[in-house]
Amino acid sequence: MDHRPQNWGRPRDDIYGGYDVSYMAPNAEPNTHTQSPVVTGTSVVALKYKDGVIMAADNLASYGSLARFPSVQRLMPFADTSVLGFSGDVSDMQYISRHLTSLSIDEAYGVQDPLNAANLHRYLSKLLYSRRSKFDPLWNNILIAGFDSDDKPFLASADLLGTTYSSPSLASGYGSMLAQPIMRKYASTEEDAAKLTKEQAIKIVKECMKVLFYRDARSLDKYSLAVVTRKSGEEGGGGVQITQEKLEGMSWKFADRIKGYGTQTV
Amino acid sequence: MSALFSQNPLMNGPNYSFSDTPVSHPNEAHGELREHRFNPYTDNGGSTLAIAGADFAIVAGDTRLTSGYSIHTRYSPKVFKIGGTTADQKDATIVLSVVGFAADGTALRERLDAACKMYRYRHGKPMSVNAAAKRLSTMLYQKRFFPYYVYAILAGLDEEGKGAVYSYDPVGSYEREMCRAGGAAASLIMPFLDNQVNFKNQHIPGSGEGHAIQEREKKPLLREQVEILVKDAFDGAVERHIEVGDGLQMMVITSQGVEEHYLPLKKD
Amino acid sequence: MFRNNYDNDSVTFSPQGRIFQVEYAGEAVKQGSVVVGIRNAEELSSYQKKLFAIDEHVGIAIAGLTSDARVLSNFMKTQSMQHTMVYGRHMPLHQLASLLGEKAQLNTQHYGKRPYGVGLLVAGVDDKGTHLYEFQPSGMAEEMVAFAIGARSQMARTYLERNIEKFADCGREELVMHGLKALKESLVQDKELTVDNTSVGVVGLVKDDSTGRTKVEPFKVHDGRDVKDWIDAVSDDKDDDDDDDDDEEEETTTSAAPAAGGDSMEVDS
Repeated sequence: MDHRPQNWGRPRDDIYGGYDVSYMAPNAEPNTHTQSPVVTGTSVVALKYKDGVIMAADNLASYGSLARFPSVQRLMPFADTSVLGFSGDVSDMQYISRHLTSLSIDEAYGVQDPLNAANLHRYLSKLLYSRRSKFDPLWNNILIAGFDSDDKPFLASADLLGTTYSSPSLASGYGSMLAQPIMRKYASTEEDAAKLTKEQAIKIVKECMKVLFYRDARSLDKYSLAVVTRKSGEEGGGGVQITQEKLEGMSWKFADRIKGYGTQTV
Repeated sequence: MSALFSQNPLMNGPNYSFSDTPVSHPNEAHGELREHRFNPYTDNGGSTLAIAGADFAIVAGDTRLTSGYSIHTRYSPKVFKIGGTTADQKDATIVLSVVGFAADGTALRERLDAACKMYRYRHGKPMSVNAAAKRLSTMLYQKRFFPYYVYAILAGLDEEGKGAVYSYDPVGSYEREMCRAGGAAASLIMPFLDNQVNFKNQHIPGSGEGHAIQEREKKPLLREQVEILVKDAFDGAVERHIEVGDGLQMMVITSQGVEEHYLPLKKD
Repeated sequence: MFRNNYDNDSVTFSPQGRIFQVEYAGEAVKQGSVVVGIRNAEELSSYQKKLFAIDEHVGIAIAGLTSDARVLSNFMKTQSMQHTMVYGRHMPLHQLASLLGEKAQLNTQHYGKRPYGVGLLVAGVDDKGTHLYEFQPSGMAEEMVAFAIGARSQMARTYLERNIEKFADCGREELVMHGLKALKESLVQDKELTVDNTSVGVVGLVKDDSTGRTKVEPFKVHDGRDVKDWIDAVSDDKDDDDDDDDDEEEETTTSAAPAAGGDSMEVDS
């Protein structure tokens, strides 16, 4: 007598052989989720100033340590009022970008005011959180810049887990370690940020991009710089402007003195 | 794995255990051949604290949001008003604090607020604290096998107007208490609260020897005393825990409504 | 055998708008043996409430099957809350109205379904100002400047049409007056608006003194003592006949508070 209930009513192993469990496996392969990013973008940095937000990200998409695609835009305008900055997986970035483009077109058909940056941030964080809850994350950390419903400068982050936060200055990836301390030196509080002029803010962000290029091995000296200004503000036209920049005024003299890496004669 | 080699027959499971059942991926079931998996959680640090008084309750939390050694922001509230009629929660009477994984905290808070809204819509009256407390427990338990990684504390005034504090574990166990600390510095703050709020280990001097010694009489604290306790608790936690700091957000619930206060904490 | 041609199933309305199968089901109750319930209520019965809040910024008035209205108002409530959760803003009224229209339209097209036996007036505010929508069981949901539905509503509509030019410049109180006057038109002979049979729903935009921006004045149903002054103001011919046994209720009046500086009802249909 076999006392194990799970064997009752089954063909006996000693006569028919064990049950081939491979039949129980779902057909072909299990469905797959992103378990790690593949082609990636590095840091995004952003800083609020009195009439808007400055954001920057370099144009590199890396494949591991390989500088694979050297001219990829990682800043995306939305509805001409907001800017998104993507770090992390580039294919997921392109998926979100396509999704948002269709969303903004749908919105534009309506009679309603388009989604502002705060609405957009909320929407994206819900998207990211629901995907992480399905164990199928969109592997990005996204910075969203623009204006909120009170027409105040808005800057917030949403990451692959759905975590959200807002601050006068934000940076993703290595930027949170290298650029954030620099930006906090100039704008540690909302009040400080509200005193910065556009020119000052751009200068600080450019400085951050330089530091990042010096130290982040997955970065590039060509980057995009976005300026989001209040539409009805002094600039007149306002909206979103994205320009292409190249790092200047660098000095690599110190590289000579670095010892212990690569082929060195002395 | 360790259970397999255990000498304890119970740990190997009884002979009729269903663990003998064939599985489709035999290796995976034993934790072998496992590759890196996506981790859906992170710890965003921070600490919360709530104390109930005779006719008030205070909930407080720091406003730092971290991940690892990085401070993501210095102002991200953990304490929220719940169940008001409008979006600005001006007439809310219940306060919820969440600490742990911030994204789950946000989701939980929004769900409880939506539940309170639906309750008001269906019953035409606001939800009582004990009803909201039970509802929150159910919500947490519904995700028993993919929990909200949060330590929640709910506070308000009960039907008799007494301060009520309910504390939770991530899967919904809850109880009503006089005080509770949650989050990163809970282990630092809770013993302080035990002593200062529940008068643990406080005895009347010279009242006896050994078991005969008399405990100090327990009575609810005054609001002024509690506010000082909260500030001291957080000043202490900031000093000893790296994930706690930046700002202290404090909600005082009285029969007049909910007052909100913000005080700076050390930013180092 | 059959009482008429319209009682074969519960998805067929009679030309009078009745669902006979549902009424027959009521007959089944009469087959049961008697049971008695009793309670020391203050009043034995009151008028049917017809105004409901959907969200902070939206309210509805119903005319028709109350139970169908409950289903629709629940749907609208859920949709509105979901929108707020996902986008962090109030749901635009046109979006809510078209969602409602689409839902109702499906019932007119599928086998085995029946249309909702209720008409709604949906009043609310959003970024684009104040809105009033009329909803019909056909699935029609159209924006109106002013409208009335329900029994004898033609008289009310006539009043509204005659005064339509005035509404744009009306303040909150004046708009309520117009609403009550329109309602009065639809009353049967010898009937009066009283504090028992009238309620007024108001949702609007008010100026926030601290920020200087407009914000939502949450939808609120005024009834009983709250509407006394308004009713007194519209009752020109006073008579002391106070007994009433018919239910009349005020349709939702979308009104913007005067504080918003003249931005009263949006005329943009």
